[in-house]
Amino acid sequence: MSTTTSRGATTPADEHGVAAAIPTFRYAVDVLPKPGILDPQGRAVEGSLGHLGIAGVSDIRVGRRVELSVAAPTEEEARATVERLAGELLANPLIEVHAIELIGAISPAGRGTGGR
Amino acid sequence: MTVRIGVVVFPGSNCDTDTEHGLRLAGAEPVALWHEDVDLGGVGAVVLPGGFAYGDYLRAGVIARFSPVMRAVAGFAERGGLVLGICNGFQVLAEAGLVPGALLRNRELRFLGRDVHIAPSRLDTPFTHALGDSRARRLPVAHGEGCFYADEATLDTLEAAGQVLFRYVRPDASVAATDDPEANPNGSLRAIAGVMNAAGNVAGLMPHPERAAEDILGSADGLDILRSLVESAAERPSRWPVAPEPPVEVVAR
Repeated sequence: MSTTTSRGATTPADEHGVAAAIPTFRYAVDVLPKPGILDPQGRAVEGSLGHLGIAGVSDIRVGRRVELSVAAPTEEEARATVERLAGELLANPLIEVHAIELIGAISPAGRGTGGR
Repeated sequence: MTVRIGVVVFPGSNCDTDTEHGLRLAGAEPVALWHEDVDLGGVGAVVLPGGFAYGDYLRAGVIARFSPVMRAVAGFAERGGLVLGICNGFQVLAEAGLVPGALLRNRELRFLGRDVHIAPSRLDTPFTHALGDSRARRLPVAHGEGCFYADEATLDTLEAAGQVLFRYVRPDASVAATDDPEANPNGSLRAIAGVMNAAGNVAGLMPHPERAAEDILGSADGLDILRSLVESAAERPSRWPVAPEPPVEVVAR
């Protein structure tokens, strides 16, 4: 059993349905092509601007955003997990850079703070 | 005795049967290895075939990198075993860090399926010794992410260390420019179509030798690449030494 927020994040619960005393943190990881690496997707988007009649827009880079929830005793530990995940799986450090952002947290009692 | 060569099948691999057929033409007994296998069954070499392993989600090759069989392949490579990754297999090897560099989206964004020309940069490797000369070979490519990338310092190191295995060339074997999409189909830096690790026993190659391994396919130019691997595997351990496979550690599920 678990408690679920409107965003779908959950906190672990024991067999009595009582939330365990581990908070859950929600992160967004933005992954973008490294500066200097040709980004053909960004270039293609840029190429469409003329058809829209938009001027003055440049340096478009296209990446991906990954959102995830991590249960951990502290935010530091949760972030360390996300750092590892980002460095080993979500981004390839040879060609991509990533940025981690905390976008929400759910306290052990299941009261959400932040989030969107 | 016929040398046994493992062909890894990931969920989404689609060139494994063709690769097995090509290896058979090259004189080997192919052995299918499943992505959940934790040992390689004593094969003499391993091929990671083309396809879309695990749907190529996130980045081509990255999910496959974490499959159980890849731990065994990494150990095999570490001990000097011969490993060839073709197309998606090259992407898996690059994501696993077993060969240098990365494969980016094709410069013109489109998936490309057509013949290209490549030429070997070296003829003294386990993957090219049966080629005999450096003329252009005609092989098909079939990929969306084949643009070889490494930073300038790494590219210099690869060239100096002789780790560049194949380059995209024009039919006259002259090296293709990065901005010549006819000859360098994906915009690979320094026209690199295939690379090796520093030890020279693991190679990645973007075009498909198995799809050009007999005349009925329109070109048999790829057969000598497969033959190089098969002969090298058969010549082990004298010419291309490899340490024995350690006992498999049984892990409770």
